[in-house]
Amino acid sequence: MALFTRAPKPEPILGQNRAVAFFLAVLTWIIGLLFFFPLFWLVLNGFKEEAVASSSPTLIFDPTLDRFREVTETTNLLTFAEAFWNSFWIVLISTFIVMTLAIPAAYSLAIRPMRKWRDVLFFFISTKFLPIVGIIMPVWIIARDLNLLGTRTVLVILYTAMNLPLAVWMLRSFFAEVPKELVEASQIDGCSLLGQIRQVILPIVAPGLAATALLCVIFAWNEFFFALQLNNVGASTIPVWVNSQQKFQGQFLAGLSAASVLATLPVVLAGWVAQKRMIRGLALGAIK
Amino acid sequence: MSAVTVDQLNDGGRQSAEDQARAAELKRLERRDGWRRRIPILPALIYTILVTQIPFLFTLFYSLTDWRIDTPDPRQFIWFENYGSLSGDTFFLDSAWVSVQMTVMAVLGSLIVGTGLAILLDRKFFGQGFVRTLLITPFLVMPVVAGLMWKLQMFNSTFGIIGWVMNQLGLEPVEFATRFPLASVVVVLIWQWSPFMMLIVLAGLQGQDQSVLEAARVDGATSWGTFRQITLPQLRPFLELGTLLGAIYLIQVYDHIEVIVGGQPGARNLPFYIAGRSIGGGNRFGLSSAYSIVVVLASIIIANIGLRVLSNLLEDDS
Repeated sequence: MALFTRAPKPEPILGQNRAVAFFLAVLTWIIGLLFFFPLFWLVLNGFKEEAVASSSPTLIFDPTLDRFREVTETTNLLTFAEAFWNSFWIVLISTFIVMTLAIPAAYSLAIRPMRKWRDVLFFFISTKFLPIVGIIMPVWIIARDLNLLGTRTVLVILYTAMNLPLAVWMLRSFFAEVPKELVEASQIDGCSLLGQIRQVILPIVAPGLAATALLCVIFAWNEFFFALQLNNVGASTIPVWVNSQQKFQGQFLAGLSAASVLATLPVVLAGWVAQKRMIRGLALGAIK
Repeated sequence: MSAVTVDQLNDGGRQSAEDQARAAELKRLERRDGWRRRIPILPALIYTILVTQIPFLFTLFYSLTDWRIDTPDPRQFIWFENYGSLSGDTFFLDSAWVSVQMTVMAVLGSLIVGTGLAILLDRKFFGQGFVRTLLITPFLVMPVVAGLMWKLQMFNSTFGIIGWVMNQLGLEPVEFATRFPLASVVVVLIWQWSPFMMLIVLAGLQGQDQSVLEAARVDGATSWGTFRQITLPQLRPFLELGTLLGAIYLIQVYDHIEVIVGGQPGARNLPFYIAGRSIGGGNRFGLSSAYSIVVVLASIIIANIGLRVLSNLLEDDS
């Protein structure tokens, strides 16, 4: 009977007049381009000569790759390659530990909730409310006494703690989307815990796991405060390296821009690829 | 594993005896599993307590001493003297006020801008996906880079874009970051966090019950009326979530301040001030710890009020 009725078309909030629609589309495009403009300009500046970048803004210049070559070749205290590999390993290992700790926790919070599970979840989130200044002094002193200042280890430990609450929070919602009946059915059928996880749960939550891990990677890659305070020298990370490209004399804007592009690119590309999943993970994380 | 579908399990009252048996069986499994079910949480819980809660107890202890890193270790208990000197420290009070202004302005600003962007994006138009990609990019940018590029290539009066625009308009360019340090930081924060809010509100808009919207339209509701009376209430949990997550991160802002304004008093918030007075070279560990404790207590109180009064995100839904 309902063979020929079409599903109701979603209704945009702001009117449906065609002229209005056109105007709004143009407006959205303009705002989008404006939001992106500072980054576009950053990339342009990275291809300029220092003297060109440090004068009145211009679109006309001879592009050059020299700045990229210079910033990756200069041998300061911290070279680009060192900072990159430090960041790479710190981010990779801390994200791995976060996921290893968060997956079982989120699993048991979501799939087989126990009494007071909201309290446990609230505890995890509340640790994010603990301002970092509340713990930075003891952390610094303990790290100093354990000879961990200036090592990658200290940042791995801290980034794991930093991302763990968010990961538990997001993952719980992805696990909660697994139909309970499916889990119970497999349980009654005598499916082992490992079998349950492998055959029933993992296929459903895999995209959520990827989105969560990616968000952890972004936050860890971009982190600056701990890296600056606890690991300011040889073993430090990309954000510290970028900041060190500021010079106190002479012109440095073009070089700094090239460095910024290199530092930002990996995370921006990853974010572009996974944007849809991340939206869902973040937003549904708390609502469901 | 045999295929048991949801339908089979919900097969109505016909199998109520079987259902009961099933429920009993599940209960038995649950009891047997009591401990096994709590164990998976423990590693994450213990890790979090070790790295965040234990140091906090140390901070509490330090705050009762007169410890400076430059005095030798036998530090003296001075009990609450540090806390007493707190109300007389105008720098502390200034940075507390900066923290409040910065957090409120950045959260509200990005929430408003983000909601606007989400509404604009929630309609079909040419290049919708591309524009959304453009719009989320600021959130992905490393905060240090965001701060540096706004300071140097946007705010700078000689080679910055804003100075150039002012020149074109026949105005005298000003050194934006020096003249308006707080506003400069807030602008960059809103630029970075609006996309985040936009994503969350967009998820809310797209999860709307379309049949309700359709019914409203059939009943002759105006689009503004529909928005206010149907969409907005449905968006509420998403707006609350955005506020909560935004506030958690924005109250801790450090990177932007460090690179945009450095030590300038106008935009020095609490994390910046306290870090500077302790490990950043100030070496006043006892005193700074007392400041930290006050900040933590204030945050916990505000967070609790916020969570319990404004939001039911964490209420039991059973």
